Amino acid sequence: MRIIVCIKQVPDTTEVRIDPRTGTLIRTGVPSIINPEDRHALEAALTIKDQCGAEVIALSMGPPQAEDALLEALAMGVDRAILLTDRAFAGADTAATSYTLAQAIKQLGPYDLVLTGRQAIDGDTAQVGPQLAELLDIPQVTYVQKIELLSDGTCRLQRALERGYEIVETRLPALFTVIKELNTPRYPSIRGIMRALRQGVTVWTANDVPVDPNLIGLKGSPTQVQRTFVPEHKRNCVMLKGSLDEVTTALVEELKERRLLKALAT
Amino acid sequence: MDLNLTKSQRMIRQMVREFAEKEVAPGASERDSTGEFPWEIVKKMARYNMLGIPFPEEYGGAGADTLSYIITVEELARVCAATAVIVSAHTSLCAHPIYQFGTEEQKQRFLVPLAQGNRLGAFALTEPNAGTDAASIRTTATRQGDSYILNGNKIFITNGGVADIYIVLAKTDPSKGARGITAFIVEKGTPGFSFGKKEDKLGIRASSTTELIFQNCRIPVENRLGEEGEGFKIAMQTLDGGRIGIAAQAVGIAQACLDACLRYAKEREQFGKPIGSFQAIQWMLADMATQVEAARLLTYRAAWLKDNKQPFSKEAAMAKLYASEVAMQQAIKAVQIHGGYGYMKDYPVERFFRDAKITEIYEGTSEVQRMVIASHLLR
Repeated sequence: MRIIVCIKQVPDTTEVRIDPRTGTLIRTGVPSIINPEDRHALEAALTIKDQCGAEVIALSMGPPQAEDALLEALAMGVDRAILLTDRAFAGADTAATSYTLAQAIKQLGPYDLVLTGRQAIDGDTAQVGPQLAELLDIPQVTYVQKIELLSDGTCRLQRALERGYEIVETRLPALFTVIKELNTPRYPSIRGIMRALRQGVTVWTANDVPVDPNLIGLKGSPTQVQRTFVPEHKRNCVMLKGSLDEVTTALVEELKERRLLKALAT
Repeated sequence: MDLNLTKSQRMIRQMVREFAEKEVAPGASERDSTGEFPWEIVKKMARYNMLGIPFPEEYGGAGADTLSYIITVEELARVCAATAVIVSAHTSLCAHPIYQFGTEEQKQRFLVPLAQGNRLGAFALTEPNAGTDAASIRTTATRQGDSYILNGNKIFITNGGVADIYIVLAKTDPSKGARGITAFIVEKGTPGFSFGKKEDKLGIRASSTTELIFQNCRIPVENRLGEEGEGFKIAMQTLDGGRIGIAAQAVGIAQACLDACLRYAKEREQFGKPIGSFQAIQWMLADMATQVEAARLLTYRAAWLKDNKQPFSKEAAMAKLYASEVAMQQAIKAVQIHGGYGYMKDYPVERFFRDAKITEIYEGTSEVQRMVIASHLLR
């Protein structure tokens, strides 16, 4: 069995702030991490490897420093790590990213499973997984919270919905996007860290992957960002004073006046 | 001069910090009050190779260096000093002397399971009448054919009762003083080896500290570590390494005190402003941060010297002396900054205060460290 896990290095948004003037992320001093849901995808692949043996390959597209995320994946136990990095890949939107990843996966040869996190905490689009499945022309199941490999080579999954879940069966190869309910990711081990640094990450540039230059990077991105901005929050706080009855009446009046409350049936 | 950590050291720190915060910190206060040994955490640490960090992979270790191990102890102590000393005593005082002085057969039999974390280790030197005056131990080992017969008592043994493998120092020739001491590897379950009182301690309460009792305990000669009469040298060199571990534990406690105070200084308001805006608190915080950094640098340097196969006995003693005293001073200041809240168990600094004290005592008191340092200076 061969599993490819697509991961993204993202800024740890629990520590990120936005520059109110420019509307962009302040990245200085913010640690970079493996996108949290991608860690669950890695864990899912490694669990399958532990249970029935598999070759697990971690794949990422990003700047050279994204190597750190792949080293961490190696330290967790993946067998190989490949970084797609090139100036020509820069500025890619989700379409160009999916195309580049798909071309790299095709380059890797036959596979059984492609796993990704549902979405990245920096862009929050949740588009790369589904687009990738379309480009690879394989079935996709999104929001996966449970994976069961069946003896006939198919796979039974729980797919989370807003209320409850649905059970889906699919043949392989397929692509799943996973959510945090799926598992608890392991930590990298210390021996794993030492081995990861000895092994290193394979770097592929635009010359190493069969790509159409018009479909990668900024040039291959149909998305055009006009402006980013932080929505202004205007909040007015009115303190109501008086007895319970008085403040209740005043509150109801206020809500009616703002058309937030229809006439009460008392 | 390069004071940057290597990539592996940085990755190990990040991994251990995350592990410590998620797996060790949540129950630390509870374990402190119950004194329950953290078996689940020990098992998890074994899984992630945290019980064999500085040993080669062929001996079951992680293949990392001393500094990585020291960083690990520091990060664990930052959330739970008891968990940190379990790792430090196991690694520095039991696994390491077997690695350094053991035969290949002893390494395969004992070091491999220790480094894999399948078995836990301890070191037994102290006796009721032999603390700082370690050469005055009375436990005897009498040769009988292919065995030695051990008789005597050890006290205050870290990981006592919970460890599977013990390095035990005993006199094979009581007439020769320090030169009559020999080291042995003793397995739990050996007939004649039992555990006495489990100590009820001021701090590091989740670690196990017990008495060891040897009554006609027969040890095969192949369990002797080094030659007859080399035990005191082995013990002293082992403690040299162990002191870097305790220094790291102290740095971790001191850092935890500083972290808690920084949080509190921003949150706590008096006279209508955060107490961190008062110079009285600012000066304390500035001193604390400076001292913890100095303690850390001394500790890392001692580890660096060991990694680079240079003499480190004096530097390890300096690191242990300074870091442990800094930890105690930080803990006192941390409680003071927290005021009445600091005295209560609702805040962690009360635990840090009780945990810090032992670092000035075990693996050589501050007074012993000064003796060691002075003896190097006056050579």
